Amino acid sequence: MAPPPRLVGKRVLRNEDARLLTGRALFVDDVRLEGMLHVAFLRSEHAHARLKRIDVSAARRRPGVVAVYTAADLGDYWRPGPLLVPPPPIPGLEFHACTQVPLVKDKSRHVGEPIAMVVAESRYVAEDALADITLDVEPLAAVVDLEAALSRGAPLVHEQLKSNRAAHVIQKKGDYDAARAAAHKVITRRFLYDRGISAAIENRAVAARWDARAEELTVWDTTQAPIPIRNGLAAMLGLLESQVRVIAPFVGGGFGPKIMMFYPEEVLVPWAAMRLGRPVKWTEDRRENFTATTQERGQVHDAELAVAKDGKILGVKDVFLHDSGAYDSYGLTVPINSQCTLLGPYDVPNYYTEFTAVFTNKTLVTPVRGAGRQHGVFVMERLLDFAARALGLDRLEIRRRNYLPPGAFPFNNEIIFQDSAPLVYDSGDYAPALEDAARMIGYEKFVREEQPRLRVAGRHVGVGVVSYIEGTGIGPYEGARVTIEPSGRVRVATGVGTQGQGHFTAFAQIVADVLDVPVEGVHVVTGDTREFNWGTGTFASRGAVVAGTACHAAAVAVRDKIVAVATRVLNQPPEKLELAGGRVTVKGAKDDGISYGALATRANPLRGAVKPGTEPGLEATAYYGPDRGSTASGVHAMIVEVDPETAMVEIQRYVVVHDCGKLINPMIVEGQIQGGVAHGIGNAFYEQLVYDDTGQLQNASFMDYLLPTATDVPRVEIAHRETPSPLNPIGLKGVGEAGCIPTGAAFAQAVEDALADFGVEITEIPLSPDKLFDLLKKTRPKKRNVVVLEGSFVFAGPRAAVWDLLQDPAVLGTALPGAMRLERTGDGHYDGLMKVGIGPVTAAEFSVRITLRDREPPARYGMIVEGKGSFGFTRGTAQVALADHKSGTEMTYRAEVQVGGTIAGVGQRLLDSVARRMTKQGLEALNKALAARL
Amino acid sequence: MKPAPFEYHRPGTVEEALAVLARHSGDAKPLAGGQSLIPAMNFRLARPAVLVDLNRIPALAGIRGSADGLRIGAMTRQRAVERDATVARDAPLVAEALPHIAHPQIRTRGTVGGSLAHADPAAELPAVMVALDATFDLVGPRGRRSIAATEFYTGLFTTALAPDELLVEIAIPRPAPRSGSAFVEVARRHGDYALAGVAAVVALDDAGRCRAARIALLSVGDGPVLARKAAQAITGESLTAEAIKGAADAAASQDIDPPGDIHASAAYRRQLVGVLVRRALQRACERARSH
Repeated sequence: MAPPPRLVGKRVLRNEDARLLTGRALFVDDVRLEGMLHVAFLRSEHAHARLKRIDVSAARRRPGVVAVYTAADLGDYWRPGPLLVPPPPIPGLEFHACTQVPLVKDKSRHVGEPIAMVVAESRYVAEDALADITLDVEPLAAVVDLEAALSRGAPLVHEQLKSNRAAHVIQKKGDYDAARAAAHKVITRRFLYDRGISAAIENRAVAARWDARAEELTVWDTTQAPIPIRNGLAAMLGLLESQVRVIAPFVGGGFGPKIMMFYPEEVLVPWAAMRLGRPVKWTEDRRENFTATTQERGQVHDAELAVAKDGKILGVKDVFLHDSGAYDSYGLTVPINSQCTLLGPYDVPNYYTEFTAVFTNKTLVTPVRGAGRQHGVFVMERLLDFAARALGLDRLEIRRRNYLPPGAFPFNNEIIFQDSAPLVYDSGDYAPALEDAARMIGYEKFVREEQPRLRVAGRHVGVGVVSYIEGTGIGPYEGARVTIEPSGRVRVATGVGTQGQGHFTAFAQIVADVLDVPVEGVHVVTGDTREFNWGTGTFASRGAVVAGTACHAAAVAVRDKIVAVATRVLNQPPEKLELAGGRVTVKGAKDDGISYGALATRANPLRGAVKPGTEPGLEATAYYGPDRGSTASGVHAMIVEVDPETAMVEIQRYVVVHDCGKLINPMIVEGQIQGGVAHGIGNAFYEQLVYDDTGQLQNASFMDYLLPTATDVPRVEIAHRETPSPLNPIGLKGVGEAGCIPTGAAFAQAVEDALADFGVEITEIPLSPDKLFDLLKKTRPKKRNVVVLEGSFVFAGPRAAVWDLLQDPAVLGTALPGAMRLERTGDGHYDGLMKVGIGPVTAAEFSVRITLRDREPPARYGMIVEGKGSFGFTRGTAQVALADHKSGTEMTYRAEVQVGGTIAGVGQRLLDSVARRMTKQGLEALNKALAARL
Repeated sequence: MKPAPFEYHRPGTVEEALAVLARHSGDAKPLAGGQSLIPAMNFRLARPAVLVDLNRIPALAGIRGSADGLRIGAMTRQRAVERDATVARDAPLVAEALPHIAHPQIRTRGTVGGSLAHADPAAELPAVMVALDATFDLVGPRGRRSIAATEFYTGLFTTALAPDELLVEIAIPRPAPRSGSAFVEVARRHGDYALAGVAAVVALDDAGRCRAARIALLSVGDGPVLARKAAQAITGESLTAEAIKGAADAAASQDIDPPGDIHASAAYRRQLVGVLVRRALQRACERARSH
């Protein structure tokens, strides 16, 4: 029997921090090997385009370039990646697997998809060489909007499928229609949730070395799953698993996208290292990260809640679309999490949930911290808020009336969870968490006194209180090996990777408690396939639960071995032995004892015999594979102040009451919650990936993609409740994702509350001041993602002369800023070259093509202007009309301008101004040309 | 995100710097604090063939107070200006605006002249200098010339600075008696490019009426926008709440034609300008009255 916990539950300082804080921790980019080569990828600038021809010969000739690979160069190594998570066994489930490819062969399906790989002596040279590659691509209409994607005649992301439908799943519990018929009220709304990035501080990186003499491949990888990567790479490269060592050293944040496996770069860098016989490294830069690392959160929900007069939930129906992105390698984890987490801590007797996963020409969707759970929580919590309002109930009261009671567990929700097991809550105690949170935030006083008082003073403050559950700690399994070395130090090896979660401390606390040794004396190794051969990875808030429990089991087995060896060595029965402080002593004779280190030596003798049926050393390996996950829960409460004049929101207080079962280290748990809340605040109000209709990401840098900073995130006030999980001996539940799951729902409720006078209703996350402004003004939001130029201009000349002028290439050329030449290449077709630069952007050559169409001389025409250059491309479509005017001819125009490439990602802030300026300059130049002609 | 190849020069004097600029006319770019130029180079949007690093020219940095006002060397770090007691006393608008520029790390590298010459329409300092009616000293192969801030800004990222010239010094006149100033902006996060911002200076006459006002706006045009209609609306008027509101409305409806982008529509920017001009004028008036 293990002694009662001594360290588990304590705020133990982290074992790993000394190394991290003094810069002695190894990250993949720190790997520098002799002769190492560097990689840059040519990536698709188009969201959807057919690749007709690629010429890399000039890049290959550039000094310093060692190799350039295209899809054709990969031979048999070119094959789509594996389906990582097969869908769960849900009756009637439809799923179409289309997994990512290493390099684009025939068409690119999202901006950022790699087309060619350049390997060079330095990253600088590799990037220089990207400009040497010429492509002939045919842009295709992009699939961006989820509903449009499913409409008849929509362009297809994957032609082999008949539609863009990636999956369709229905899950049911009870009879929703009957519940609806019996309902006092039915609340119906549409909810939107949009995409963000994970924004780990360290981007992805892969380095690889092939040792030809040892016939061994070593791969350093920022993956969250080193063992599956090792196994997969060995199979792809035709090596034994034992010939491949994958090391996931310290990683600066995982957040989910690093559990996506066999990214193109991850597959190509080791291959290139073997082929070239030199070490190769690729470190993703931030610009690449925005389009090449997986993302999450695009969903559209049509949901309804059937409630009784007293606020009791009778049933929920939710039909939603889920954005899969261009490939669905990660299966259905995210949308199934959405449908399973929606039920929350509530007793929902009838549930109908249906989703359609949709392929789009956007970056792949795989789990990002929360992994679909926030969508479900947002829908459910918002429905409850609207129901409370409709019934005249307090927001807290409607929740109280629907919580599952403490005696309900285990509670079977009768649907299937992402881990293929039935969705069963192991334990929980929900109502007290709500009361704790309400007390901490001062809900009653705020609503009764402070809010009315401040409202009279013209200030708009609001409170939000929401509940959630989180399925954590799922299988299949993890393992751990605990070894006591002759020095007396304890070594723990486990297969999970670590990205900042404090594994080196949490696992050490568990083991140190069982063995009764100091926590600093326990050395934890994670993420090195040579150290531990079996495991899956760090994801789904499962590291502490699953690997932690395996550590516990292995430590208990080692403890048994200590007792067995000590019994023999000290010649005492086990019941007379005491284990404490790294020593075994005989009860009543404290001085008679032996250290673990000495016992370890005795257990591994150089002479004599290790008896049959025993093993040498003080070492044990154990595995833990839970049948199903443990269910964490909590309540978030926040107070905000909104300035309705500026639409700016300030978060004044943030309270979290969290229950992740038995706490291993409250300090680490609080860090996870604080970080999660920051992530959630980002999702709620700051972060949104904005795609235009052509699939171009419009905020592909931290200039325009806004992460909340220290000044935007309040210090979270945290309280813990501990409802142990009955599924593992310590009673653990996971916590990694919890902080960000209910934040959007809390934020929406609080902002709506603050703006109650304005009748604002929030059904969309992320919010932004711009969107709040539209809500406050009740204006229909304008499309934000396209630059529209509208205006008129009066030419000082007759209409016929103006018309002729507009067809003349010599004149049109003068209207193009920086035009170097423009030639008529056919009726209404003009080709040319222009040199454009602005401010910090160095003037660069653009090839330009103008097409005039639908011409009705001398009244109207349409015009398409396409430009292509080293930092991207632009396409403008314009409708132009000419009419007689008292001082000549009035031109009215309406143009839409879209851009792609670097300028699309980082130039949005200035696009409107630049387009306007160029239009103005062009029109003035035309007028001048007209004057010269008349 | 590695820059394209470039040639690097680090002159020790203004003359040397000008000589390099002249030699590579048009292809050379002066490097001040590098907080905008270097990221643009890493994106390969800026590809200067030659970089002329001004960071080792001691003569270009420093703050001097005089009877006429304040003179700030172009290479003076923003952080130094922010912490300078003379600036706080003689140009409180500059001191008030500076903390809105990005973050301390960036202000520690970023220079006053670099920001002014870069002419980003969202930058705080150009609007502040326009509001203060500052003068910029430029030197080049044709000698030294002074130009009013208002004249310096000619368009989007475009200034009166020739490719072979350097901005070397900024002169800020002493505040008029019974005057007050205020800087306000709305940014998504502290330190971001503002969605809109206002730098306002108001001078009162003996009767407490507005004798003169200069209101400059940022992030709502091609460069700093001098809100002339707003200033006209209050000049000679008693500074009542209605008068101030009238000026704010004039700024929002007549002085600007703001662009829209993914962060703020043109309509939202207009609304912000109305609110911020009102708040800035209120604060500037309170300060003027207390002098």
